[in-house]
Amino acid sequence: MGDYYEKKDLDDFENIGEYAPELGSKYFDYYGEVMKGGGLTEREKALIALAVATTQKCPYCIDAYTNLCLSLGISPGEMTEAVHVGAAMVAGIVLAHSTQMRKIIKKKEM
Amino acid sequence: MAMPKVSPSFEEMVSTPLRASGVETLQINIGYRCNLECRHCHVQAGPQRSEAMTREVMEECLRVIRTTPFSTIDITGGSPELHPLFSWFVGECARLDRRLLVRSNGVLLLDEHCAPLLDLYVRSRTEIVLSLPHVDPQITDRQRGTGVFHRVIEAIRMLNARGYGIEGTGLPLTLVHNPAGAYLPGTQKALQSSYRAALRERYGVSFTRLFSINNMPIGRYLEYLRRTDNYEDYMRTLIKAFNPESLKGLMCRSMVSVGWNGRLYDCDFNQVLGLPIGHGLPDHISGFDKERLAGREIVIGDHCYGCTAGSGSSCQGQVA
Repeated sequence: MGDYYEKKDLDDFENIGEYAPELGSKYFDYYGEVMKGGGLTEREKALIALAVATTQKCPYCIDAYTNLCLSLGISPGEMTEAVHVGAAMVAGIVLAHSTQMRKIIKKKEM
Repeated sequence: MAMPKVSPSFEEMVSTPLRASGVETLQINIGYRCNLECRHCHVQAGPQRSEAMTREVMEECLRVIRTTPFSTIDITGGSPELHPLFSWFVGECARLDRRLLVRSNGVLLLDEHCAPLLDLYVRSRTEIVLSLPHVDPQITDRQRGTGVFHRVIEAIRMLNARGYGIEGTGLPLTLVHNPAGAYLPGTQKALQSSYRAALRERYGVSFTRLFSINNMPIGRYLEYLRRTDNYEDYMRTLIKAFNPESLKGLMCRSMVSVGWNGRLYDCDFNQVLGLPIGHGLPDHISGFDKERLAGREIVIGDHCYGCTAGSGSSCQGQVA
């Protein structure tokens, strides 16, 4: 897998519009607008992004948003709390899907 | 410890020589002795350092200030309070009717013998600049030493009681943030809001403004970067974040730095690296020539990436 996930690949992210520049440009404009401080602060948005990055297991995003959180003065404790929110959500989502399992069990069992 | 070369070099990146646009500030480093040994300190200041400005050099500085229309006198160290002539020197500077600014680690201000100095600061409306890398005690102490965070909070509380950092008093108290590791700081505005909220809610103290400063890849911080295998990554981050917009606001373009021995430098970082003002200009306070210094070519090196990354960085915080 070392060939797939290399740290230097993160620097290539700015080139994702290479074969579709208009779409790439629209994405970056959208991203820039979304991540600005608004009703939510830059800190809150960075913590949400970090939680998403870990739940989605994206090494590039984890690198980028851990650094952003540090830059914004967010403490390791606060970052870990955000990761736990993601973990609790993922656990809840898994358990919520057991509803399907329970429905099937109830239908099939005598 | 020398900085390993990077590519492109800063000289290649800026392509044309960097020139001063005037001399508004005289920054005076009166010595490298300090009661702390912070892990990011570019000066590598500490209790064992003996470099200290002599009275003769201080008098030369005062002579130059009297005859030169600087708007700002900026006194730094080490911990300037440890210099035996500091109170006298501040008193003399205060009589010269300029914006006067003193950079301190804050801890020594709690000592009883500093009470008359604080009276002088208040009378002369001296601006106080205190380093506080983080609002989390553990993070600050990791960088500056055990117990330092709470002592700085006590110093801020004591300064607040004297009017510093309180709106309407005209007594500015500036805090300085710098990252406690191998990364760049966020925006000064966002950091200032989070500092303001955290310090008010947790400790009931206030300040006037926050300067956010990038760590420079020299001195003790360079040693840390290399020891932890972060140097290449940090330099790549600085180079990638190079912001041409920061060039016009760089402190070296409007400031001259005087070392403890009277040598003149473009900035405190060049001072530590032993790179005096160059290109044949007089490089000692005794030969200070404002006209020639005002348009001088700045001596640059790869460490300058530290001042041009992201929103830029200077002794006055972010510049772009």
